[in-house]
Amino acid sequence: MNWSGILSDGIRAGLGINAAVYALAAVGLNLQYGYTGLWNFGQAGFLLAGAYGTAIAVNDWGLWLGWAVLVGILAAILLGLLLGFPTLRLRADYLAIVTISAAEILRIVVNSTSVQSVTGGPQGIKGFANWFFDHNPIPVGRYGFGSITYTYRDLWVVLVTWGLVAAASVLIALLVHSPWGRIVRAIREDEDAVRSLGKNVFSYKMQSLVIGGVIGGIAGIMLVIDRQFVEPANFESAITFFAYAALILGGTGRIMGPIVGAMLFWFLIEGSQSFLNQAVSHDFLGLSHVMSPTQVGPLRFVLVGLLIMLLVVFRPQGLLGSREEVMLSE
Amino acid sequence: MSSATPASDSVLVVDDLVRRFGGLTAVSVEHLEVRRHTITALIGPNGAGKTTLFNVLTGFDRPDGGRWIFDGTDVSGWPAHRIARQGMVRTFQLTKALAGMTVLDNMLLGAPRQHGEQMLLAPLRFRWRAEERAVHERALALLDDFGLLAKQHDFAATLSGGQRKLLEMARALMADPQLVMLDEPMAGVNPALVQSLLDHVRKVRDAGRTIVFVEHDMDVVLSISDWVVCLAEGKVIAEGPPSEVVSNQDVIEAYLGHRRARLA
Repeated sequence: MNWSGILSDGIRAGLGINAAVYALAAVGLNLQYGYTGLWNFGQAGFLLAGAYGTAIAVNDWGLWLGWAVLVGILAAILLGLLLGFPTLRLRADYLAIVTISAAEILRIVVNSTSVQSVTGGPQGIKGFANWFFDHNPIPVGRYGFGSITYTYRDLWVVLVTWGLVAAASVLIALLVHSPWGRIVRAIREDEDAVRSLGKNVFSYKMQSLVIGGVIGGIAGIMLVIDRQFVEPANFESAITFFAYAALILGGTGRIMGPIVGAMLFWFLIEGSQSFLNQAVSHDFLGLSHVMSPTQVGPLRFVLVGLLIMLLVVFRPQGLLGSREEVMLSE
Repeated sequence: MSSATPASDSVLVVDDLVRRFGGLTAVSVEHLEVRRHTITALIGPNGAGKTTLFNVLTGFDRPDGGRWIFDGTDVSGWPAHRIARQGMVRTFQLTKALAGMTVLDNMLLGAPRQHGEQMLLAPLRFRWRAEERAVHERALALLDDFGLLAKQHDFAATLSGGQRKLLEMARALMADPQLVMLDEPMAGVNPALVQSLLDHVRKVRDAGRTIVFVEHDMDVVLSISDWVVCLAEGKVIAEGPPSEVVSNQDVIEAYLGHRRARLA
């Protein structure tokens, strides 16, 4: 067994592009769910809106990538407003139902052959982010330490995405530690109390939904810029739930929660993949008798799921959360 | 009677207010006025429509008809937050202290029209720091008044029932309201705290505000109210000074009679 190999596979993933994208998606969810108490179960839809908005603006409208990113962000804002208007006056669960359905509807619509000329249908859209990679300032080569290395191309995407995670987190930190943040945290506790003090609860919920959605949209944009390819399969609702998993692992309602959670989530997913692969091929603990290499992929999600269950039972506030706050808010 | 009072003396004038739930008419108030700088008690047996009337007047429920003028402005059908901003702030029968927030944060939330509450200004701390400090000072002064200063950094969840009522009242005062609507402020309060709560209610009136409160305890009603309105089956059946209303035959029948009969 190559333990250091397992560890470096985990660390590489924990710092990699997927972790950064999920961290960004979870930072958005953290504002919506962690601070405001909004159940957005359609974060995948916001990622999709950002990603397709950008790709279509470059591919069909011939826009510069920078403007196209703005189009993607506008698409996410529009989606937030569209979902928020009918649901935010209603009980919290309506938003959950509407967002999860809307995300699925969007994914099925962009997959449809009837809009293939715009979205590429199941084939998706390729090669819209050349500008981004043409402006990579990092000289050709591999970078890193020990066995954890990235190509100059991957490093560029990873650095930009983590930079965006940092920027979004700073923005959220400033927001939640302001009187604005006091209102959204109060909305999470009891909307009527906030209303009785003269605050327009609907407007604050909308602002929180849209800001979190835009951050999700940017996550989607970075996800497809990295791949230079956007397709409907990128936006399964599992993305939303993995982002929630990361958020819960790290701790909701904490600035660093979604970041630590996303790193840990991908460390565990890739680390356990590497471990199980080796265990099966080296017959570690007799594992090769009970499972085949093809069963490794699904099993790692079982392990992460188990971990989250244990966490929720023994440490419901997540790694960084405040137990007092979680307990008292119930 | 209230009809003899000049209109300018009334902070709230209600006309033909109706609220139905299906076939049940929960509130049907032809005319009601609340005089400025008074403590008005709203009494009546269970199901008389007191809380429904409260909810409608403060925008938490919508009426089926009627209008009400608050301080010269027709606020009929306005959403709750706009009515509160206009200066009519309520508390709740089941206290809504924000349990997962500190006592101080509860108070700061009450301050109206803070610049830092605007999304675009919120990240710019230098734009609202001075204002926040002023709000902070005011909150601490009020907490001191209400004997909650030592609790300022505790989560509101750790307060006793009576302390939560105090906190809710203090928080409402942060909004600087003209009219404070207290829904059963004494319910579930330790008898030792009732006197202190009553003193606070009087102080609020003496500071130039108007108070309307729903109450079941007749001793409380008799001791602090300047005016009593009795509701039964959604209608105003009597109003006047406390001593008069208590001896009113209709009131005794609808409410006190039942109680006295039970006590006898």
